[in-house]
Amino acid sequence: MSRESTIDGLVEQKYRHGFVTDIESDTMPPGLSEEVIRAISIRKNEPEWLLEWRLKAYATWLKMEQPNWAHLNIEEIDFQKISYFSSPKSDKDRPQSLDEVDPKLLETYDKLGVPLHERARLAGVAVDAVFDSVSVGTTFKAELRKAGVIFCSFSEAVAEHPELVKKYLGSVVPQRDNFFAALNSAVFTDGSFVFIPRGVRCPMELSTYFRINAAETGQFERTLIVAEEGSHVSYLEGCTAPMRDENQLHAAVVELIALEDANIKYSTVQNWYPGDENGKGGIYNFVTKRGDCRGDRSRISWTQVETGSAITWKYPSCVLRGDDSVGEFYSVALTSNYQQADTGTKMVHLGRNTRSKIISKGISAMQGQNAYRGLVKVSPKADNARNYTQCDSMLIGKKCGAHTFPYIEVRNPTAKVEHEATTSRIGEDQLFYCLQRGISEEDAVSMIVDGFCKQVFKELPMEFAVEAKALLEVSLEGAVG
Amino acid sequence: MLQIKNLHAKVAGKEILKGLNLELEAGEIHAIMGPNGAGKSTLGNVLAGREGYEVTAGEVIFNGKNLLDLEPEERACEGVFLAFQYPVEIPGVNNTYFLRAALNAQRKYRGEAELDSVDFLRLVREKLKILDIGDKLLHRAVNEGFSGGEKKRNEIFQMAVLEPKLAVLDETDSGLDIDALKTVATGVNRLRSPDRGMIVVTHYQRLLDYIVPDKVHVLADGKLVATGGADLALKLEEQGYAWLEDGGIQSLELGAGDQQ
Ligand SMILES: Nc1ncnc2c1ncn2[C@@H]1O[C@H](COP(=O)(O)OP(=O)(O)OP(=O)(O)O)[C@@H](O)[C@H]1O
Ligand SMILES: [Mg+2]
Repeated sequence: MSRESTIDGLVEQKYRHGFVTDIESDTMPPGLSEEVIRAISIRKNEPEWLLEWRLKAYATWLKMEQPNWAHLNIEEIDFQKISYFSSPKSDKDRPQSLDEVDPKLLETYDKLGVPLHERARLAGVAVDAVFDSVSVGTTFKAELRKAGVIFCSFSEAVAEHPELVKKYLGSVVPQRDNFFAALNSAVFTDGSFVFIPRGVRCPMELSTYFRINAAETGQFERTLIVAEEGSHVSYLEGCTAPMRDENQLHAAVVELIALEDANIKYSTVQNWYPGDENGKGGIYNFVTKRGDCRGDRSRISWTQVETGSAITWKYPSCVLRGDDSVGEFYSVALTSNYQQADTGTKMVHLGRNTRSKIISKGISAMQGQNAYRGLVKVSPKADNARNYTQCDSMLIGKKCGAHTFPYIEVRNPTAKVEHEATTSRIGEDQLFYCLQRGISEEDAVSMIVDGFCKQVFKELPMEFAVEAKALLEVSLEGAVG
Repeated sequence: MLQIKNLHAKVAGKEILKGLNLELEAGEIHAIMGPNGAGKSTLGNVLAGREGYEVTAGEVIFNGKNLLDLEPEERACEGVFLAFQYPVEIPGVNNTYFLRAALNAQRKYRGEAELDSVDFLRLVREKLKILDIGDKLLHRAVNEGFSGGEKKRNEIFQMAVLEPKLAVLDETDSGLDIDALKTVATGVNRLRSPDRGMIVVTHYQRLLDYIVPDKVHVLADGKLVATGGADLALKLEEQGYAWLEDGGIQSLELGAGDQQ
């Protein structure tokens, strides 16, 4: 048996979380129009201003075209074939606590290995679980409230803190920013809202598990995190999806705002269904994530581990507006089978003495295609801006690919921008070295990959790092002890 | 413990080993010398089961088992250890973690309980003491950024922890300064034991001043062409390999007595 084929065998794995929960969905028929947007807004009891905002976004979207510059092979998406709203039946009577949550739903979380209540309590993590488009079950609310932290579903924020939502919504990612952001602005159904008041250190890590469920339903999440002066927050986002036949569109928008001396850490571990061996049926993931370091000395850090999706198009970015502000991006992206990932980051230096750091690790296996696209922009006023970019790719097997596209735009002579890039094939010599010491091939592959990702994993909160590592192992070779 | 009979092996379609015979008893140390490209590393790789090294004829019996039937990791677990001529770097993987994974994999194979980190560290400290080496390499990634000498020392350290039955040291002395050479030699001598066999591949007789071999073989063109005692190495040092080509072989074989 050749080593090549064994590795392919290891890399190939059945999607562990592939099942569909049988909860009757209250789903709108497919199609997108002004009427559909009005209907969503009515269903969600939204105020007039938000409906206006959506309609404006829709008008903008109609004039835009799908971007095609990404290094991806995408079949054209028919937006009229997608249903834009779906919620579990129980939504009409929203559960106030976990006890009231549909047991079927809890069972789903159990199958996913997310025993919501237990895990949340053990880890001291508040969980805002989004099931399809409507949030159900939010824990630790009381403790957070004591600290003055607001952590709730987006719909709830619209109802209870409209002034905050109105002030910050779309202030980082404008509606017209890009095709998918405009679409999201028109049809988003729910998401998370976080507000950390001045000087508060959020007492626990905030975490959202969500998954896509109802058939043929696009998911349009909206997340807004505001950290006031001197506050700190760490936010974790993780998700898994059930196996399905049709490609599913996911176009989320995440906006982060850090005021003076505030610190936001946003970590993502993503495990969406990548499609079968032939690339059929996976999730299309087009996400706009942007952080605005609005205040001086503020810091925003993105850490992500991506193992899922048929197609990922995602550029968590930082706008370094405040003087001495810091932006960081740590990423591990794994693509196997026919997965395609086009990810990267943008660091836009506007303030003086701003610093940014980019550590990107791409792993491609089988026919996976991984592209890194990074933009570092230094504006004329950004004196002494610093950027360090390190971009490493690892190839497992011979049919996969990795591509790196660094774009650097420097308009200030005092800026220092460093870029390092490496590509390595998972070494036959490394593998043999491990085998020769008695380590099995499976363990060897995960050990080597884990070592490769070390710099990123160490940025994740402890709990999450363990999960991320496990996820990568599963994605690469089936369960490894 | 090890019988290699008429071993033929190909690398990249080219025959490199051409009928190699060797017998090694437990407790013995054999040195293998020979010109560059003769096939010394190839022999080590074939014994360890490296992919791409195709055995076309012959057999290798190791403690009664047909070694060539086993997967590389099984051979390691059976006690075959190869100290690499060029030890491999594994970035981001902690040296201690790696070694514990290796030891536990081997223990599991043998049906022994795995060591927890406390017991493992105790073992590590003990071995460091035996080898007279510090612990500063333990906290770094496997061979990453190690100097040439540090890499070789790390190989010996791994050997000490894994306690193999058969160790093949491929030019573990190359590129070492005198002190490091002594460390490596001391390590090897301390690991010398009645139930362990070792094959030491080297280009320099100098090493054999410290590690006194039971036998010295000369590998040329894929075969052992001469076998003798420790004094053979001295003669090679003085005269090189050329003399072996014109009649020297026979005279040596006679001198070596019952070999071949
Ligand atoms: N992977 C390989 N691909 C092609 N040729 C190889 C490969 N490995 C070994 N060879 C060839 O096999 C022959 C024997 O190589 P080997 O490394 O065994 O020699 P050696 O005796 O260890 O030499 P040295 O003393 O220089 O270490 C050489 O001609 C070498 O080029
Ligand atoms: Mg060699």
